[in-house]
Amino acid sequence: MSTAHVLLGLLSGGPRHGYDLKRAHDERLPRAKPLAFGQVYATLGRLERDGFVAEAGQERDGGPDRTSYTITDEGRRHLDTWLSAIEPPAPYVTSELFSKVVVALLAADAGRARDFLVAQRAAHMSRMRELTTAKSAPGASVGDVVAADYSIGHLEADLRWLQTTLARVADLQKEVTS
Amino acid sequence: MSALLSGTGLVRGYGSTPALRGVDLAIDEGEIVAVTGPSGCGKSTLLHCLAGILRLDAGTVTYREQDIGLWSEAARSRLRRTDFGVLFQFGQLVPELTAVENVALPLLLAGTGRREARQGALGWLDRLGVADLAEQRPGAMSGGQQQRCATARALVTEPRVLFADEPTGALDVLTGEQVLGEIVGVARERGMAVVLVTHETSVAAYADREIALRDGVLDPTGLGLGVTR
Repeated sequence: MSTAHVLLGLLSGGPRHGYDLKRAHDERLPRAKPLAFGQVYATLGRLERDGFVAEAGQERDGGPDRTSYTITDEGRRHLDTWLSAIEPPAPYVTSELFSKVVVALLAADAGRARDFLVAQRAAHMSRMRELTTAKSAPGASVGDVVAADYSIGHLEADLRWLQTTLARVADLQKEVTS
Repeated sequence: MSALLSGTGLVRGYGSTPALRGVDLAIDEGEIVAVTGPSGCGKSTLLHCLAGILRLDAGTVTYREQDIGLWSEAARSRLRRTDFGVLFQFGQLVPELTAVENVALPLLLAGTGRREARQGALGWLDRLGVADLAEQRPGAMSGGQQQRCATARALVTEPRVLFADEPTGALDVLTGEQVLGEIVGVARERGMAVVLVTHETSVAAYADREIALRDGVLDPTGLGLGVTR
């Protein structure tokens, strides 16, 4: 996930200061990991160094001075390139779930792998129920629904994998321990 | 407090093929229970037995502390008109009747006056977003529109228990979401219990809890789901 590009996207609507960017980020990307203030300023620093943003002035409303930033022409070109670039479709299997099944077979046996698959399925279903409740709640914003849909779709794929892997544990054990 | 609906030792076969081989379950008022499992695991048979549509080979189904297996066919049929609502994958609307006539039908059968039944039916068609199709016959509607009418018909009597067998199985994702959203909404508003048969995890996630079946018995792991034998 590229925080820098999200910040550039937020700045493309007009200048904002760091605090404002953090708030807008968390609002526009519900259920994403909230952005830490330190990360906002560190990212803005790098973007400024690379010429993608520039200081737009100081703002003071009662509290300390706040520097607001604006996106540069170069920043807009950079953002456009990123938006047009296709992401590589899942090039590696880096799932902790997959690793655990293989390690369970290496270090223990098929029973251990099955126990893990069963427990993990229960946890996945429980999380999916939570997300489904959240997205069906009256007053859920479109952003909430779209964010929940993303997680639900991925959990669903994991669940399908958990179930088919259970059916293949015995065969996988033969291969892993041969 | 005893359960609203329960099954004990449910057994049912088709000829020599067993479909249910001793299932126990209990469903409370207002509870949404998903019945999941791979094709042929017995989930539809379980729904039909609980709804009193299919007779059991052995076991008992208890509704509000009464053994409905002991009731006559006429009495069980009456129960399905008053207390139970049923919704299948394909709406099964009466092709000769308009949408509003289809939805009003269960009310008319239960003795509601014609005008009142029509008003009730129109209210539910509106809630399901198909009020503008009230005077259309099923043949003139899309599958999704028919299923929304069928959902209105299943809910119009304000049943205590809704039995839904793959209610969104033939629908696109967004229409399915709307139908499920209404079913869950009614369950929460009125304390209606729902028995929701599905093979999809994303549909099962609308339920409070899941009962998984495999080869006609309960599968406590739930992992039989989607894995064909």
